[in-house]
Amino acid sequence: MESKDYLKDLSEIKDLMNKSSRFISLSGLSGILAGTYALIGAAIAYWLVTEFSYGTLTLDDYIFRLCVLILFLVAFLSAITGIYLTTKKAKKNGTKIWDATSKRLIINFLIPLIVGGLYILIILDQQKYGQSGALMLIFYGLALVNASKYSIGDIRYLGYIQIVLGLICAMLPVYGFWLWVIGFGIMHIIYGTLMHFKYDTK
Amino acid sequence: MSIINNINKVFDHRIRLGIMSILMVNEYADFNMLKELLDVTDGNLASHTKALEAADYIKVEKQFIGRKPNTRYSCTKLGELEFKKHIDALEKIINKH
Repeated sequence: MESKDYLKDLSEIKDLMNKSSRFISLSGLSGILAGTYALIGAAIAYWLVTEFSYGTLTLDDYIFRLCVLILFLVAFLSAITGIYLTTKKAKKNGTKIWDATSKRLIINFLIPLIVGGLYILIILDQQKYGQSGALMLIFYGLALVNASKYSIGDIRYLGYIQIVLGLICAMLPVYGFWLWVIGFGIMHIIYGTLMHFKYDTK
Repeated sequence: MSIINNINKVFDHRIRLGIMSILMVNEYADFNMLKELLDVTDGNLASHTKALEAADYIKVEKQFIGRKPNTRYSCTKLGELEFKKHIDALEKIINKH
């Protein structure tokens, strides 16, 4: 064998290792849209709170319930968009959407996320809601870092940013709303745009 | 000479290298997963897994999932070691040129 063949062997080995262990069809566009939903949701919540609740929130308020509803709506729409666009991209790449790599990715992403979500609901039930913004950012960041081993490695950095924002948010709960907007809105849009140009437009 | 010695004859085939690469980064892989990733026929894949099994580089487990027979492959410690040696040797040859 010529050394050229060996070089081809090595690149093929690398390619197979990636293809068999990482799910790489995540769509950058879905990140941009998720960030946009978060910004729209935050804007509506901000408007509701300043207009109808004198800028403060109490737990049994219907405004608070509306805000929680908006939050769930944002999460739901982001998930649906992500699934739809990723399926489309996987089809284009000729990879299966539901195989060992995507299962592993979803499981590892969901474990910190569900634990965090339940924890937030539990402490909300105990009337401690000051830290929920920080906790959302921190657990979401941990979920991303955990999932990055099974997908495009870059999502690890988005995870680190969310964790840092979450910790800042825990120290400065007054700015919780704005840190949430930066983390879930702006960071998703920036990250999605970067990924879109790095992977999707090729 | 020493570099040439490290080139493992058992791995001297595209598909065998492919099987080993997949098993290095996955705890295990079943027959269909290997088939899809490597894009080979049943017979072709079976002959190569047999060769690797004979060399004790991979472990084969046959089991039933419901009523369907399922063959699962994983890398042995020896296989892992030999594969790494082989890759090192390949890299050395490439760097020499």
